[in-house]
Amino acid sequence: MSPEKEMEQLVNKKTGKEYGRGRSPAQDAFREFRRNKIAVAGVIFVTLVVLVAIFAPVFTPYSFAQQNRYSNRQKAFTGYDITTDFAEENCHWYNTPLEWGCTFYIAGSDPLGRDLWSRLIYGARVSLAVAFVASSVSLIIGMIYGTISGYAGGKVDMIMMRIVDFLYSVPLLPIIIMMTVYFKALARRGVTTGFMGTLIVLNRATGGLFFVFIAIGALNWLGMARQARGQVLSYKEKEFVEAARAIGAKDGHIMMKHLLPNVIGPLLIIESLQIPGYIFLEATLSFIGLGVDPPTPSWGAMINEGYGGIKSNPHLVLFPGIALALTTLAFNFMGDGLRDAFDARLRGRK
Amino acid sequence: MLRYIIRRLLYAIPVIFLVILATFVLVQSMPGGPFDTIGQRAMPEQMIRILERRFGLDQPLYVQFYRYLTNIFKGDFGPMFRQPAQDVRDIIGQTFPVSVQLGLMSLIVAFSLGIPIGVIAALNHNSIIDYTVTFTAVLFISIPALVLGPILIYVFAVNLGWFPIAFWGANPPFFLGFLPPLTKDFFAHAALPVFSLGTGGAAGIARLTRAGLLEVLSSDYIRTARAKGLRERTVIVVHALKNSLIPVVTVLGPYLAGVITGSFITETIFAINGMGRRFVNSIGQREYFLQTSLVLLYGLLLIAANLMVDIMYAWFDPRIRYD
Repeated sequence: MSPEKEMEQLVNKKTGKEYGRGRSPAQDAFREFRRNKIAVAGVIFVTLVVLVAIFAPVFTPYSFAQQNRYSNRQKAFTGYDITTDFAEENCHWYNTPLEWGCTFYIAGSDPLGRDLWSRLIYGARVSLAVAFVASSVSLIIGMIYGTISGYAGGKVDMIMMRIVDFLYSVPLLPIIIMMTVYFKALARRGVTTGFMGTLIVLNRATGGLFFVFIAIGALNWLGMARQARGQVLSYKEKEFVEAARAIGAKDGHIMMKHLLPNVIGPLLIIESLQIPGYIFLEATLSFIGLGVDPPTPSWGAMINEGYGGIKSNPHLVLFPGIALALTTLAFNFMGDGLRDAFDARLRGRK
Repeated sequence: MLRYIIRRLLYAIPVIFLVILATFVLVQSMPGGPFDTIGQRAMPEQMIRILERRFGLDQPLYVQFYRYLTNIFKGDFGPMFRQPAQDVRDIIGQTFPVSVQLGLMSLIVAFSLGIPIGVIAALNHNSIIDYTVTFTAVLFISIPALVLGPILIYVFAVNLGWFPIAFWGANPPFFLGFLPPLTKDFFAHAALPVFSLGTGGAAGIARLTRAGLLEVLSSDYIRTARAKGLRERTVIVVHALKNSLIPVVTVLGPYLAGVITGSFITETIFAINGMGRRFVNSIGQREYFLQTSLVLLYGLLLIAANLMVDIMYAWFDPRIRYD
């Protein structure tokens, strides 16, 4: 076979695509990721949860806040747990269609007579919102802070990193808890004017999630800032940055267009490993009553509502608990898979 | 080393000062006061003023803060508004030892489970044992104390009846301030909370130990040690293990902070009269001095933990010098 012939064969006749050009690191990583079955399972599960959360109304027969005072603490899977006297009333009580089976609660109902299944599904929304929004908040703050600090160097860098060191040695969680208490107390007073008022209105619009985002973002941007700074330091002296500076690019331009695109990939992977922690933190805050505002369902808050009666109504704790554990498990598998796939240092060593 | 420790302790002073200041101002500026209601009714204005004067709350904030600070050095952490028979020091004296016991025991569980399991997994690299350990570790990392606690209660306390459902098996005063009585009752009560607080850490430590040991085992000096004809056990225990534990030590700091967070949850779920539960319970109240003092205590714990980690770091890795 002549060399020319061989060259020809490298082009797929049908699609015109070329073969044999080698693979980019991203393609390598993707192949590595696909081979990791557990990680793929994690991605599939997360996708499912995302879909269920987005289309929550489709999967839920009742509203998460709708109470049925004749059927509270219903056990799971038991079917129609109502006497005939109330049947008529129940089926028309909240205009529920008969074909939904009146008050058949597949996962039982909570002490206030709300459908646990609906609350579980809507609870996924809260956990996922935290997973994506809170991680974006901490990523953006940390990235900007770290990039500026690393790029500026010198005194600015030292001062900015000293601030981070300082905050590291502060017991942030108790202080954040006190701050959340402060905001909640203001909100209960009905403050709606001024800066605080804006925050409180925003918080009410998101069902109490806004303060959770702030709390988680404020707690977690420190590590991200350190990572971003480290990344920027390793890129700052590279030739392409020098070239950009040589043709007169401004600092802001270099940071935005040249450094950030290089830095953001590793940071995204680090951030994805933190997501389970954020979900835990939201659950913890909701558990101690500082997370979402009722009646917004959150798995942590549901565990709090149920754990006192675990002997008689275990489903109230076990269902949200299992949902929480499965979701974090899936995120953990996904994050681990991403890290293993993209970290070339680890590749082939597992 | 000593100079480094002293410098770190000096550096901690402004941190603690600012922490107290921030918490004190934050707590005091919350809307509403400790004496707003008496039972279901609103407290008469006159009585509020008398009570505020009784506790010194009528003074300007900086005077109160100064008083609080100077009193701390006398061992007085301020009064409790709603439980006048006790002051904050009494509350801390009752709850702090319990939390220390819980935290230390779960720490011991985490390390004494995590390190051996990680070593076993690394020594059986890519075997079925290794895969089982890795998978189980991720599983337990993904189950927070918030979920594990109720599940343990449901399985082992409610259904099997092996352990009590709630409460701590011992009450202060303790021997030497924190040593618990070594009774069967104490350990029966401690088993579930310690396990639910410790397993997450154990799983994380097992993973880190495994990764660290794998990394070390492929390094040159281990090959040299083996080539010298040392026994495999000597190679692992004397040469490899200490270096492979360096990453484990680095997570000790965050892990200790996690024990504090976990104690909020675990103590609440198991109804243990510890500091975390007291802090959570005081959230809705306006116990200014209790809240500030608890945050202060958490700050001190965190600083002590970080310092301890740094010292251990230098011990594990003699290349690290702190001066």
